Amino acid sequence: MIDALRELIRNRELLYMITWREIRIRYKQSVMGLLWAVLMPIIITSAGVVVRIAASRVSGRPITGADIGGIGVKALPWAFFVSALRFGTTSLTGNSSLVTKIKFPRLIFPLSSMLTSLFDMGIAVPVLLVLLPFAGVGLSLTMLWAPLLLLILVIFTAGLCIAMSAANLFFRDIKYIVEVVLTFAIFFTPVLYDASVAGRWRSILMLNPLAPLLEGLNSSVILGRQPELRWVAYSACVSVLLFWSGVVFFRRLEPRFAESV
Amino acid sequence: MSEQALRMNHVFKRFRRGDQHDSLRDLIPSLVKRAVRKDRERALAPQEFWVLNDISFEVKKGETLGIIGHNGAGKSTMLKHLSGIMVPTRGSIDVTGRLSALIEVGAGFHPDLTGRENVFLNGVILGMTRAEVKRKFDEIVDFAGLEEFIDTPVKRYSSGMFARLGFSVAAHLEPDILVIDEVLSVGDFAFQRKGIEKMRAIAKSGATVIFVSHNLQAVAEFCHRGILLERGSIVADGPTDQVIRRYLDTAVSHGERTVRGPVRIVATSISGAGGEIGRFSSGSKARIKVILEATQSAEKVAVVIQLFDAGFYDVFNTSSERLGYPPVRLDAGQRAECEFEVDLHLGAGTYYLGVYLYRYDMEREYDHIFPATSFVMTTDRDTHGAANLYPVVMRLEALNESRRAASVAGDRSPGGLTP
Repeated sequence: MIDALRELIRNRELLYMITWREIRIRYKQSVMGLLWAVLMPIIITSAGVVVRIAASRVSGRPITGADIGGIGVKALPWAFFVSALRFGTTSLTGNSSLVTKIKFPRLIFPLSSMLTSLFDMGIAVPVLLVLLPFAGVGLSLTMLWAPLLLLILVIFTAGLCIAMSAANLFFRDIKYIVEVVLTFAIFFTPVLYDASVAGRWRSILMLNPLAPLLEGLNSSVILGRQPELRWVAYSACVSVLLFWSGVVFFRRLEPRFAESV
Repeated sequence: MSEQALRMNHVFKRFRRGDQHDSLRDLIPSLVKRAVRKDRERALAPQEFWVLNDISFEVKKGETLGIIGHNGAGKSTMLKHLSGIMVPTRGSIDVTGRLSALIEVGAGFHPDLTGRENVFLNGVILGMTRAEVKRKFDEIVDFAGLEEFIDTPVKRYSSGMFARLGFSVAAHLEPDILVIDEVLSVGDFAFQRKGIEKMRAIAKSGATVIFVSHNLQAVAEFCHRGILLERGSIVADGPTDQVIRRYLDTAVSHGERTVRGPVRIVATSISGAGGEIGRFSSGSKARIKVILEATQSAEKVAVVIQLFDAGFYDVFNTSSERLGYPPVRLDAGQRAECEFEVDLHLGAGTYYLGVYLYRYDMEREYDHIFPATSFVMTTDRDTHGAANLYPVVMRLEALNESRRAASVAGDRSPGGLTP
């Protein structure tokens, strides 16, 4: 594990260049350029708004700007997670010519996929920050929790990308399974709705390591409240554990990559 | 000088032939099978084989080593182990210093990025820092000769330009050990020469170079030491020309064979007018006979013959079609015979005959044997080189006038030797 990190630090320029390449290609190929990064969150937010409108019709409770802001705040990290995992899973098989022709730490591939998606999110965040005041959300000190929550999200996503990229190299149907899981995961993750919707089943919903992070972002950025620290700590533990085991799993399989890809 | 740069200790590598399960769907039945059988290590399952079988050798610093062998002998696998891309099943590999491997020119180039962007990307991928690439950028572009296209996406490059840029990046790595696979077979002839010169300069600067190629001439020219691989084992290790000769001799018995079409070569022979085989005197006539057979019906079959000298230089080649003879049509199972008569105006030495069958209008190669056979030329006079020009010395004598006297007399050589 320590070795892996040391190797990554030694090859940071390579990680930078591969990520730069991914970003460059993604934005060169799409006509819409940087709008691309904003599009997915907008679609997710719109879907969330539709769900909220439907819910408010039923409950009779009017939707507030904070509700919509909350969906936006959760849509961004969710879009990041989905795109990172999607690109990360195929990152090794998609770079097979590099995997079989050149020697370098292969951890760079899933990580650069993750970083590329992080870059997309980095573009969307300022847009969201500009829009939030229009939803009636002001600045608050609790917003300082957001970077920590995002860091945990990044560690969780990276761990999953690393494990899935290696798994997909050996079993090519993993990427379909990931797609299916991602499609349904939005129902089991409080993105379009708040975890409180689940009522007394809320704790079960919060066992999804993404839930405390998204809920935490909502409360710290929109509601001006401290996130639930116990749940955040739970997420952090799961994320670090996942990252650690992902790296170990990856490193164990790495010697067989070149002949199996 | 005799410091060790690289060492392989009893390296074994096991490969699996045929289908491997690469989806979960296939894995589950095979897991069940594996649970029943428990021979995991050492022993080989029927579909497994050693692609490297007990390879041990050592390369000293500054050595130039060529690795040759037939297709599938394990050359590329060996390079992948040297460069750390693959890990041996058993055994160990020690590398001292920075090793750069060039297994494929332009691996990691992205078609949508410009030449400039790809140089940076590829440079870093191959192990340079960005600062290093920046420093050498002009040199790299200049060497590839692509100044005017450097801001064009490489997808608009011709394959030659692509290869030149890829090689150029790799050639500027300044590694302690450079491992190169077959990359000089790209680009035009002039660039190949330039590539060899560059490799020579790298070797001269003290780097160790390990070179894998089918181009025996390039290996012979460039490497001091050769290793011959055969079915995963080293069968010869020594001075390059000896190893190449050994390779060509084993090649005659096996024949490097690539059958791709419905017609195959059944037999080839070269014999003299007096029925002699295998040994000819310079200037004599010989007949090259090729018997071919169609497994399915085939149109427009033509026969190519080529002669190589011991340094693998293509001395001569022609085809029945180029000589104005119409190609033949063959039904399934039908045989054909093709006979060439040649005047062997060749210098002394060993020559190798290659034969292939092709269809010109479709640029399709049907069957190819190299070397199909070998023979030895003898001459009555002592000459070197592949051609025998039947030299005769007309005159060699000391001249009476002193050179000084001649130059005083108007700088004109005596005897009217200059116009």
